[in-house]
Amino acid sequence: MSGWPVPRRRTSRSNVTLVTSATTAPGAPEVYFDPVRQAFRRKRARRDALVGMASLLGFVLVVGFAISRTSGWPLVQETFFNGSEFIATFPGLLDAFLLNVRIFLIAEPLILIIGLLVALARDLRSPLLLPLRVVATLYVDIFRGVPTILVIFLLGFGVPALQLQGVPNNAVFWGTAALVLSYGAYVAEVFRAGIGSVHSSQRMAARSLGLTSMQTSRYVVLPQAVRNVIPPLLNDFISLQKDTALVSVLGPIELLRQAQIDASSTFNYTAYVGAALIFIALTIPMTRFADWVQARMRKRRSMAGTA
Amino acid sequence: MTNTLLDIAGVWKAFEGNSVLRGLDLSVARHEAVVLIGASGSGKSTLLRCVNGLETVDAGRILLGGDLDVTAFKTDMDAVRRRIGIVFQSYNLFPHMTVLDNVTLSPRKVLKRSSADSIEQAMALLQRFGLADKANDYPDRLSGGQAQRVAIVRALAMEPELMLFDEITSALDPLLVGEVLDTVRDLKAGGLTLIMATHEMGFAREVADQVCFLDAGVVLEKGTPEAVFGSPQEAKTQEFLARILK
Ligand SMILES: Nc1ncnc2c1ncn2[C@@H]1O[C@H](COP(=O)(O)OP(=O)(O)OP(=O)(O)O)[C@@H](O)[C@H]1O
Ligand SMILES: [Mg+2]
Repeated sequence: MSGWPVPRRRTSRSNVTLVTSATTAPGAPEVYFDPVRQAFRRKRARRDALVGMASLLGFVLVVGFAISRTSGWPLVQETFFNGSEFIATFPGLLDAFLLNVRIFLIAEPLILIIGLLVALARDLRSPLLLPLRVVATLYVDIFRGVPTILVIFLLGFGVPALQLQGVPNNAVFWGTAALVLSYGAYVAEVFRAGIGSVHSSQRMAARSLGLTSMQTSRYVVLPQAVRNVIPPLLNDFISLQKDTALVSVLGPIELLRQAQIDASSTFNYTAYVGAALIFIALTIPMTRFADWVQARMRKRRSMAGTA
Repeated sequence: MTNTLLDIAGVWKAFEGNSVLRGLDLSVARHEAVVLIGASGSGKSTLLRCVNGLETVDAGRILLGGDLDVTAFKTDMDAVRRRIGIVFQSYNLFPHMTVLDNVTLSPRKVLKRSSADSIEQAMALLQRFGLADKANDYPDRLSGGQAQRVAIVRALAMEPELMLFDEITSALDPLLVGEVLDTVRDLKAGGLTLIMATHEMGFAREVADQVCFLDAGVVLEKGTPEAVFGSPQEAKTQEFLARILK
């Protein structure tokens, strides 16, 4: 976004550091650092980094040593961190994980669409559309109250039991549908909070320019609302990545189910640890990304506050 | 064709049983600059918001251009707002859009102008008010004075017949008030009809054709700046002016 400060060009001249922004005349110092002060700062930063690394390394060594010296450790290692077991099961786990990824990729866009539509429906003011508003409110009330796993049971076992014509009785289909319904209710509330966070003066300003109510929502309110809720939405994404494992209760061989099969055939739990590692490998980057987005937005907001 | 652009007759407006406008009458001629003065809470903002339909009146009639009844039940308010611009104390720029997008949004979406046409028009307006170099900036990079001038340009881009200004300099650093008032002066010179609520008495005296003193929801006294500021007839006007000019 071009609301950000222009990247600053650093130019070193003799001992003095000049920071020249692209818009000021070259040669006019905008920021001036005392070289002694700057050298001290740099030295301190380097020292802090070294001390931090050393401290962390020491901590890991001490804890690792302590754990490996406990009497139960060999058994724990054999049961949970078995190298050959890991090598034997990991490829199968990765394979099974593709199903989680597929469920996630199909569910997420549907959740966003349902969440947005329900959020909009809940704020409808037209009396003719009251039924829509009531349905949307009921939907949110119900699906936020019922545990996700219960929804999965209900849809995954319940609907196929009806043996309806033309209705799929595929477990992955109903498991995904249950996740979509459950998360859709949460995401709808997130969107609604976002819409509420846009100050009413924005709507008033847009209407005063002749924009219709719909145009105001579309061009003025929603873009700001969505921007405001990106961090909480990312959190829900992360949660959904893990919850794809819940579909395993219906039987399809996804990551958790595969690990369960491996573990029960050998009485060794290394496969579970492998499954955990795979989930973590996906959620950690997402979490870091969410942190980064959040930090960026905080910075932007504080900048806007001073402008 | 009559020379009256806006005719407000017997307008009442209450909030929760508290009447803010009490049968207010006001007539604005084309090319006239009307300045509303009055104590805080006297109903200046409420009046302006009723004129462009941001509030609905409880009784009375507001006629625009002799033909469009702003207060009629079946009037399309979006059509009213297309013909009347308003600028608020808080600039209310859209923070997620550049200055240029702020200005071109409603010409494109409401007037269905082409992108190229609306950009050309917006740039001409920004140029005229010394804002051309800000076109691609986001509002959070603007000073208060610049932001308020962009808000004025954004309203002007709809080519309104009537402009309403609601204390547009009240939120500004005193040093920045001048540039915004210059903009209004410029518009007045260009023949735009405008109604302005303000506490800037010096400016009111200079730019107004008609000064209206609002008190308790009616226009208690009105006239030329010379008459109202020079020899106010009503005791309340005298009191208000003595207080504010002190
Ligand atoms: N939306 C609203 N709901 C309830 N009361 C309102 C509303 N808008 C205005 N009022 C009340 O109406 C009265 C007149 O308000 P208004 O903003 O029109 O006054 P004003 O003359 O513009 O004052 P100021 O100089 O402070 O801007 C005030 O007492 C205010 O509290
Ligand atoms: Mg006011």
